[in-house]
Amino acid sequence: MSIARIEKRFADLTQAGRAGFAPYIVAGDPDAETAWRMLEALPAAGADLIELGLPFSDPMADGAAVQKGAVRALAAGMTTAGVLDLARRFRDGDAMTPLVLMGYYNPILAFGLAAFAEAAAAAGVDGLIMVDLPPEESAPLQAALAAADIALIRLAAPTIDEGRLKAIAAGASGFVYLIAVTGVTGGKEADPAAAAPLVARVRAACSLPVVVGFGIRTSERAAEVARIADAAVVGSALVEEITDAIALKRDPAPKVLARVAAMAQAVREARI
Amino acid sequence: MPLVLALERAWNEAWADPDFHAELDGRLASYVGRPSPLYFAARLSEHHRARVWLKREELNHTGSHKINNCMGQILLARRMGKERIIAETGAGQHGVATATACALFGLPCVVYMGAVDVARQAPNVQRMRLLGAEVRPVSSGSATLKDAMNEAMRDWVANVEDTYYLIGSVAGPHPYPVMVRDLQSVIGREARAQIVDAEGRLPDALAACVGGGSNAMGLFHPFLNDDGVRLFGVEAAGEGMATGRHAAALNGGRPGVLHGSHSYLLQDADGQVTEAHSISAGLDYPGIGPEHAFLKDAGRARYLTATDEEALAAFALLARLEGILPALESAHALARLDAIASEVGPDGIIVLNLSGRGDKDLDQVAERLRLIP
Repeated sequence: MSIARIEKRFADLTQAGRAGFAPYIVAGDPDAETAWRMLEALPAAGADLIELGLPFSDPMADGAAVQKGAVRALAAGMTTAGVLDLARRFRDGDAMTPLVLMGYYNPILAFGLAAFAEAAAAAGVDGLIMVDLPPEESAPLQAALAAADIALIRLAAPTIDEGRLKAIAAGASGFVYLIAVTGVTGGKEADPAAAAPLVARVRAACSLPVVVGFGIRTSERAAEVARIADAAVVGSALVEEITDAIALKRDPAPKVLARVAAMAQAVREARI
Repeated sequence: MPLVLALERAWNEAWADPDFHAELDGRLASYVGRPSPLYFAARLSEHHRARVWLKREELNHTGSHKINNCMGQILLARRMGKERIIAETGAGQHGVATATACALFGLPCVVYMGAVDVARQAPNVQRMRLLGAEVRPVSSGSATLKDAMNEAMRDWVANVEDTYYLIGSVAGPHPYPVMVRDLQSVIGREARAQIVDAEGRLPDALAACVGGGSNAMGLFHPFLNDDGVRLFGVEAAGEGMATGRHAAALNGGRPGVLHGSHSYLLQDADGQVTEAHSISAGLDYPGIGPEHAFLKDAGRARYLTATDEEALAAFALLARLEGILPALESAHALARLDAIASEVGPDGIIVLNLSGRGDKDLDQVAERLRLIP
């Protein structure tokens, strides 16, 4: 049901007249079980869609916060197969919330494109965001994912020109991930006023939902984004909660889930 | 992607423009000191029983081949109207060359360098700072070259408008591998003319060390269609291939994707990039330029390895026999002259790229050589 699960969720959100909230956490951060407790509880805390990070040794598009999360997850033994295990456990208990994996190409290449697509589909994964794989190089992965009914989510950068936007829109499925700032995750703060014309351009180029991420740290900012886009992604701010909790030797789950609940509520109320 | 596409367009225009070449050639002649000599190393030749010629890239301004590439890219950055230059560096040779080019043109310069490398290449850090560059130590990951490159890329995507990323090797996303190769090919073009002039024929073999692979690519490229010229790259075997602590992507890695290139890569079973190990900071990179991967798979070039200890011994040998202190990087190529010489025989001609000078390595070499009887 994979791609259909994403479509259904955005159709429901549109009908409800609101945007969605999409939290991002790194799979296995700070360890598999703690990550599982957070993942399992995200929908109840208000997540409409979940981005689960595939930890990578060289996360070039990520700022310091997500880098630390990836280091913790890998040090605790997380693997691609381990991420898919988490996904399967999640899907066993939740049939409705879209689950999108986000990461870098090399671990997928090492797993084998067809083998990964098959295993991810069996685990109930609905989409994949490959940060360092441009559309020009993505045909083999696109084909493998299409055969498994998994969406290859396209990224659109603020620097995108019309020709490239059209090319991205042509091969996109699931939704389009609009990067709100030039830079890495957890860096510059997103400016919704500046993002609005970009959202409009993406909408003009394709009919898919537009999800905005990078640089959204607060409930206020998430609500502003929710007024112009179909969903807002928050990642680094959540991973920082984990970093802070660990420094205090506390369980990060309550802090992360409280933050998710607050932001999700702000997004729900944004258009009222 | 839009930024690398724009870079590719700008590069293609520049490379086709006679004015660009005129300015570049002028700078290379008057500022860098090109052409670099091709020197017949008589005593080294006697030692190895082959005719060994050294392409003296270590005599370039700033002490390595890196300046060839920097001079070309800084002219490109100026054409593109960029006002700020960033770079990554391992041994510091590329960082010094970039800082030098930036000083020459009055451009602000930020150099990312792994914290481990900052510690082991202190003289080059001082040089960069004296030249007005800001050196930013990078402590993420293994705190070496690949992490410096990650950080430079993060800077670049955050400062697209005004910043030019000056990559120092034939690695990274297209067009860098092509652009850096073309700019370094001056080494091979000169060497080809010089050896024909001196020996009346083409060499039997070329030799160069490979980390990312820019000095090797620069030497090899003008000879690729000369079937009789054997090409040897020498990778860093670190503490030994069997220990797993090495930097030999072609000999000990498998295909993967890092920094926008599909090439051989040191990685674990799960596709996580593993740390490279070498006494030479300039070879301490888990990937390799994609064109080297192509030359290996096509069987056109062969890639050998040399350990830390072999490189140190070769360093000492060149110092005693020829009065030249090579960079530890170049010493890896020197270390495999034994195998290459026995293959070409006593009348065989070898051109070896002496890509850098060893002054930056003195502390490390002095410390390590005391441990070797």
